Amino acid sequence: MSQTASSSLRAVSSKVPATATPADNVVLAVSGLRVAFRSEAGFTQVVHDVSFSVKRGEVLALVGESGSGKSVTSLALMRLTPPPPRSSLAGSALFRCRDGKVRDLLTLPEAEMQGVRGNEISMIFQEPMTSLNPVQTVGMQIAEAIMYHRDCKRREALEEAGRLIELVGIPEARRRLCAYPHQLSGGMRQRIMIAMALACDPSVLIADEPTTALDVTVQAQILELLQELRARTGTSILFITHNLGVVAEIADRVMVMYAGRIVEQGAVIPVLKHPVMPYTKRLLRSVPRLEIPSAEHPMLETISGTVPDPQRLPRGCAFHPRCAHAENGLCDADVPDIEEVSPDHFVRCLRWRAIAEACA
Amino acid sequence: MSHDDKPTARDPSAILEVTGLSQWYAIGARFLGPAQHLRAVDNVTFSLARQEVLGLVGESGSGKSTLGRAVLRLIKPTSGRIVFEGQDVTHMSRGQLRPLRPRMQLIFQDPFTSLNPRMTVGEIIAAPLVIHQKGMKRRRRDERVAEALTAVGLSERHARRFPHEFSGGQRQRIGIARSIMMEPRLLVADEPVSALDVSVQAQIVNLLLEIRRKLGLSLLFISHDLAVVGHVSDRIAVMYLGRIVEIAGVRSLFERPRHPYTEALFSAVPDTDPTLRRERVVLKGDLPSPLAPPSGCAFRTRCPYAIPACAAAVPELRVVGPAHFAACIREELELRSAGNR
Amino acid sequence: MSATLRAGDVAMDDAVVLADTPESARGSRPWQRFRHHRLAMFGSAAIFILVLATVVGPWLIPFDELHIDIRNRFAPPLVGGHIFGTDQLGRDLAARLLTAGRLSLAVGFSAMLISASFGTLIGVVAGYYGGLVGAALMRFVDAILCFPTIFLLLVLAAFIVPNVAMITLIIAATAWMEVARIVASQIATLRERDFTLAAEMLGASGTYIMFNELLRNAIGPIIVAATLTVARAILLEAYISFLGYGIQPPMASWGNMLNNAQQYLGSAPWLAIFPGLAITLAVTSFNFVGDGLRDALDARMDIG
Repeated sequence: MSQTASSSLRAVSSKVPATATPADNVVLAVSGLRVAFRSEAGFTQVVHDVSFSVKRGEVLALVGESGSGKSVTSLALMRLTPPPPRSSLAGSALFRCRDGKVRDLLTLPEAEMQGVRGNEISMIFQEPMTSLNPVQTVGMQIAEAIMYHRDCKRREALEEAGRLIELVGIPEARRRLCAYPHQLSGGMRQRIMIAMALACDPSVLIADEPTTALDVTVQAQILELLQELRARTGTSILFITHNLGVVAEIADRVMVMYAGRIVEQGAVIPVLKHPVMPYTKRLLRSVPRLEIPSAEHPMLETISGTVPDPQRLPRGCAFHPRCAHAENGLCDADVPDIEEVSPDHFVRCLRWRAIAEACA
Repeated sequence: MSHDDKPTARDPSAILEVTGLSQWYAIGARFLGPAQHLRAVDNVTFSLARQEVLGLVGESGSGKSTLGRAVLRLIKPTSGRIVFEGQDVTHMSRGQLRPLRPRMQLIFQDPFTSLNPRMTVGEIIAAPLVIHQKGMKRRRRDERVAEALTAVGLSERHARRFPHEFSGGQRQRIGIARSIMMEPRLLVADEPVSALDVSVQAQIVNLLLEIRRKLGLSLLFISHDLAVVGHVSDRIAVMYLGRIVEIAGVRSLFERPRHPYTEALFSAVPDTDPTLRRERVVLKGDLPSPLAPPSGCAFRTRCPYAIPACAAAVPELRVVGPAHFAACIREELELRSAGNR
Repeated sequence: MSATLRAGDVAMDDAVVLADTPESARGSRPWQRFRHHRLAMFGSAAIFILVLATVVGPWLIPFDELHIDIRNRFAPPLVGGHIFGTDQLGRDLAARLLTAGRLSLAVGFSAMLISASFGTLIGVVAGYYGGLVGAALMRFVDAILCFPTIFLLLVLAAFIVPNVAMITLIIAATAWMEVARIVASQIATLRERDFTLAAEMLGASGTYIMFNELLRNAIGPIIVAATLTVARAILLEAYISFLGYGIQPPMASWGNMLNNAQQYLGSAPWLAIFPGLAITLAVTSFNFVGDGLRDALDARMDIG
């Protein structure tokens, strides 16, 4: 099944075949990524066949609810999943390194991977308080990241840290170098995380729900900061979130995940304004929008049912039990392949054409 | 409903009247020298009418959760007055409050910790009956539990299961079933959907609206999510650093906000339409420490419209429109509406 | 205006329950974990055999434990039909051992019940109320814990009539503190959880919350502590009976059999070996089971 999926991907788009070198403007090409975990309950496949590519300087959003596998995907790319036999990875993640060579992140030896993490690909997380060392000043933490990957002395590293703190918009950078994480607000801590992540000028920044734990006004600040930084440094951002509004604000392209698969992906305008996958459509409609309310309080649209248990996925399309358009014999038979809707808009749904015609 | 010149007037149809409520916490009491005071809630006044939904919006440090708990007398207020159904409950003891408890209930944010993991769902939902109606026979109790379960969209066969067997949205339903068991008059929902997935949030919001309609209760809906609050509420109160900075009917607030913080909140909420091009109002700086709020208007350090006079005195809530109050001295400002942010 | 909410009023949006798992899969994880703990399984088997032996054994052995037969005194094991030999009065050691076992195990178990109940009660009250009451209770517990157990026991033993009931009581009196501490700290943590607040919101009284809501969440540690208390109680009974202040002859307990065997260690070592083995087996078995229970019940009890 995964072979067919990725081959149809090859056929319909200019995406990168698993074995060939990625195109010049692509920094990361993921193909057929599969992640499974072993637990007391047995072997659970959490990510089934995910393929995408990240272009230089773009913001690619990965959207999904809990259980969709979005966080696991990013952890797998960074090889931060528990080592085998507790987990197993398959597929390839071709990454164009700074030295020009293309390497597969999934098969890189751990020693080399350490040279990539934090240096060429960085990651920031949802909870800055738990990601930062509480007993070390933030200045030193950034400096350490610099010293680890680059050959420089402590003094130089601290100066660079100061420069980075200013870059991320924290006022009085000199003073902040000596601050401890608990002395800073949530928004400032997240900025420190971003500074640390950008310390070595990575080509890809993976941001896993970076604004979810922040107030909405602080979130606006951080999103603005990320856009500025992207424009200035040309770093690509893989932005993982469950918030579709944030996606619309910041992303160039978006992938929607459900039950471990990408069900719709493409440029952000076609996917969010003209979604074709029923899940995407219902998801968008269930998000309450900030608008002047009509006279009556209408009920919000919902998606009936709940996200399936990864150990007991439905046959065929994982969404079909909750889908109003599911057809017996078709949607519950095989997992749909990815099809092209328009240039840079792809969907994994067997009935998308029929549904689109019906709604037209 | 007379909200004409004050946010609350002696209104016999109000189910809840809060006047000058403050909740201060002493932090770091030292041996010699004064302790610092954290003003979680600072001089809050509002009223809640029967069958009304009042949304309480604010970010962290706004005091909205503390206010919700103070109103339910889960904590003893530092000063001020709370009148519930005509009774002054501000200084009541635990024993005096006990008979009132069934009429004012709380829905928690975290569906995972608000249910006793070692009790079956049936036992959890039956708890109010066991506590207040000891004489009820077992069979009748089971019937009531089954009714409550079906009323919130679950099934009676779920009564024998344990909370960990359910998803977040289902657990929230269980919590709601428990709180409506004694037919309360006032329901305080403290971020009831924040911990849930997007598609499940809508389900729970719908459930709350349905319950409000059927039981005719008043709802104090606390949330940081303005979009959800706007959808659910009749009136909205916006809080910043422990004070209400604006309170108005939802239409009036969204069409014409009169406080810069409200405008900033509207502007900060991202919309799912990527083609919407807009000028964002992005606030500068961070929330001031609640231990040492700025003099005068607490918002002035981040306000794009601040003038020197803002530091002089704490602005009071003043009338700026029909049933619309805002605590800003610059009444002349034309601020952006929710639809045009 | 305010109608009761009836079935069907709200659309049944998500009728899908996470688990249509068969009963066996759902509740059996702790039991499975226990089964994997080899020492615990060994301990359980040993306890089962011990209990069976002490209950049924004396009827199966052809000799009565009180029957004195001077001509066959000091018979070594396996001589003359006596599996474990005889003592200085010719009494069959096996029969005495198993009868004594009934007493030692019964004392151990009863002491556990009393101390676990009392300790739980104190712990629940101290943990729930906290503040002055909790602190006072816990300092009281700490104060008693300052005494070395044996000395405490001996002091208490000096004041009582040494019958079985009193012995059981004083052993319980030295064992309840551990349980109280464990329970108090558990309850104090649980007290801060949202579901406790929810119960307060419903207008529940302190008693209801303590015993209907909080206690059942602390059962795991209580069971573990209780199991380990049985081991300690058996050992403590052996101590004081060995020292002569516990069960008095002619009633046999493993402890006073050891006391009796002291003078004959050189000439008839089996008089000491078998009671010693019995005590060791019982105590270590209960300890293994306690360890196994701790591991089995420990892992993520509340979160599925």
